[in-house]
Amino acid sequence: MWDIVKLIALALIALFAAIAANYARDAAYMVHALLIMLIAGGMFLWNVRRVGEPKPAPQVGYMDDVIRAGVVATAFWGVTGFLVGVYIAFQLAFPVLNLDWAQPYANFGRLRPLHTSAVIFAFGGNALICTSFYIVQRTCATRLWGGNLGWFVFWGYNLFIVLAATGYLLGATQSKEYAEPEWYVDLWLTIVWVAYLLVFLGTLMRRKEKHIYVANWFLLSFIVTVAMLHVVNNLSVPVSIWGSRSVQLFSGVQDAMTQWWYGHNAVGFFLTAGFLGMMYYFVPKQAERPIFSYKLSIIHFWALIFLYIWAGPHHLHYTALPDWASTLGMVFSVVLWMPSWGGMINGLMTLSGAWDKLRTDPIIRMMVVSLGFYGMSTFEGPMMSIRAVNSLSHYTDWTIGHVHSGALGWNGMITFGALYFLVPRLWNRERLYSLSLVNWHFWLATIGIVLYAASMWVTGIMEGLMWREVDANGFLVWGFADTVAAKFPMYVVRALGGVLFLTGALIMCYNLWMTVRRSPAKEAAPAMAPAE
Amino acid sequence: MTTEHDKKEPDTTGHVWDGIREYDNPMPRWWLWTFYITIIWGIGYTIARPAWPLIEGATPGISGYSTRAEVAKDIEAVNEANAGATQELASIELALLSGNSELQQYAVNAGAAIFRANCSQCHGSGAAGVQASGYPNLLDDDWLWGGAIDDIAYTITHGIRNEQSPDSRWSQMPAFGEILSEEEIAAAVNYVRSISDQEHDAALAAQGAEIYLEQCSACHGEAGMGDPTIGAPNLVDAIWLYGGSEEHLTETITYSRFGVMPAWGEEYRPGGGGLDQAEINAVAAYVHQLGGGE
Repeated sequence: MWDIVKLIALALIALFAAIAANYARDAAYMVHALLIMLIAGGMFLWNVRRVGEPKPAPQVGYMDDVIRAGVVATAFWGVTGFLVGVYIAFQLAFPVLNLDWAQPYANFGRLRPLHTSAVIFAFGGNALICTSFYIVQRTCATRLWGGNLGWFVFWGYNLFIVLAATGYLLGATQSKEYAEPEWYVDLWLTIVWVAYLLVFLGTLMRRKEKHIYVANWFLLSFIVTVAMLHVVNNLSVPVSIWGSRSVQLFSGVQDAMTQWWYGHNAVGFFLTAGFLGMMYYFVPKQAERPIFSYKLSIIHFWALIFLYIWAGPHHLHYTALPDWASTLGMVFSVVLWMPSWGGMINGLMTLSGAWDKLRTDPIIRMMVVSLGFYGMSTFEGPMMSIRAVNSLSHYTDWTIGHVHSGALGWNGMITFGALYFLVPRLWNRERLYSLSLVNWHFWLATIGIVLYAASMWVTGIMEGLMWREVDANGFLVWGFADTVAAKFPMYVVRALGGVLFLTGALIMCYNLWMTVRRSPAKEAAPAMAPAE
Repeated sequence: MTTEHDKKEPDTTGHVWDGIREYDNPMPRWWLWTFYITIIWGIGYTIARPAWPLIEGATPGISGYSTRAEVAKDIEAVNEANAGATQELASIELALLSGNSELQQYAVNAGAAIFRANCSQCHGSGAAGVQASGYPNLLDDDWLWGGAIDDIAYTITHGIRNEQSPDSRWSQMPAFGEILSEEEIAAAVNYVRSISDQEHDAALAAQGAEIYLEQCSACHGEAGMGDPTIGAPNLVDAIWLYGGSEEHLTETITYSRFGVMPAWGEEYRPGGGGLDQAEINAVAAYVHQLGGGE
């Protein structure tokens, strides 16, 4: 019965997508409709050929196939996102790289959201989904809930990424930073995200441990809040169901405020809370030490999730936003400083008694540097939210440097550490192929981030000062183009930093690949049992 | 349990997940106190500044601070300091400006800033234009519409070939592709290249001389010196607004050109973004002293 329903649904989707492609009003919509038609049609045929075959016995033990797929996707999207980032960094230094023959598809304006979405949502998102599936199973000592729903989450999420990325290149965007995908892509992500929430909650509910581990608090808050942010910020009315364009429900300053409530909490809950969940599992596992303080984890968790949600207005200082909202955004951002640092303290202090591992274990070193960059960015963030500082830093490259020390340093490094931890365990290998390659990766990535952040501090503060410089009569001293010209050398340094970071990631991919291919296999997989 | 023991190994909470345990350590004091201090500061700051939303409006804050008022105050202070010079500049006979060196210095400074914000997008931040692309260089002494300071001020106020100002500079070269044959155009091109001392076909140029006299000299002059009263470019110098190559000249003569500059006088920009008389005079003074003013 279920097979028949599935076949009918797939056939209807393929048919509807074919009709949609026929009536498509723009290129992005047509390409997406054709893509969906092919996927649904392919799945239909695949299922038809298997009708009536005996079902395989339900599997027991941890569900690790989907996590393995997630690890591969994380590495793939990571390298893709870094590569596009390096390319657009060179485009900024050398505008001739906006190649004439590739217009309008490969200009900076379209590649930039491709880069940001590829690293945040494709690399970061896949990393969060696969590590959360790993963590929730291990810390609940139970198999992932929902059977193949986990696979639906994985493929559905990656389809969302492909739709978003191809949409950007073809010019479909609703022009909201980090929320560029158009209405039908947003609807699809909503479905996938609800499935993700169900899988996660279902697994938590049938846990065999009495208590819920702190990593899971963070992961659950990440999933729930992102669902809320995504839905509210993407409220829009499609111009036509046969086209990708839509009109936002909010307008003017309300739209801007909603967008930055979303945008800031994408940082707060996607890139901070989610990755703290990751940190809370992989750091104590890799260090083989207990978490430093249970009390600290409770207090900083609740403080963090309560405070973060109000911090968005600091993106809109000195705009049409009323002063009161701007003040509140600033105050909540500053108060957020210590709750953010709670995660860093708990991570770093977990290493007390195991500091010697910093010398011998490059994976621990990666995690420590990651926490260091986390601490630095979460200090820099509150500082930049202060109105007086913001009046200098806003719209400059300082902001770009800030998000990259967070994204490359904190999110990137903790994810690399998690991947190095996961691959030998998921593929049943005794150890990684090469620790010295991990070392190379560590240094390339660290130096890359330092070059990136330092060059952006220099250009950011320089252009901020140039923009506001006035002569004795109060006349502006510099034209905008003067500031662009002055930034050129630092733009080259930034791009080179990106090259180093990308090289490190490629070395990681080689190392992980060789771990799977060459490393000696381990005997039996560990049995699933509560740890008490 | 002794203090000695505590130092070595704190208690754990007793929970274990996949081998992970948790110490029951207290929160670091410095962390907690810094957190408290930021909260206390936050409360104080929201009392001082506009912060808490009410049903209508929000608490104004006891310090009376407003970002808009701060900016308005800064602008007011500058305007006040410059009021005398601005007033004088707005009413001065421009030709006499060079006699008042203090005011002229002020005008050049002001004009440079206005130029960077409004004019540099086409003419370049160094005012060198974009060679052979229709954006005139303002550093040389080749003026399409005249380089006296009053001419420059008029061009800035009314612009060129726009629909905004009824008095904008206006002239239109015919598209000779509809009037002359391709051979005749080639001949005219070679003649123009001959009078501007460029490589050319002598036979064609000789043939073109007659065509030039008939079709072009009315505006560009018999000697090709142009006429700034009607915006007809000088053809004998080496300066080409749209390029002096055979290919570019052929294109220019066949299709003609239609360069537009917006009017900057504020009366022609009802939507805002225009310049007042003092600002126009300042930009004219700045452009005039760049090197080529007449």
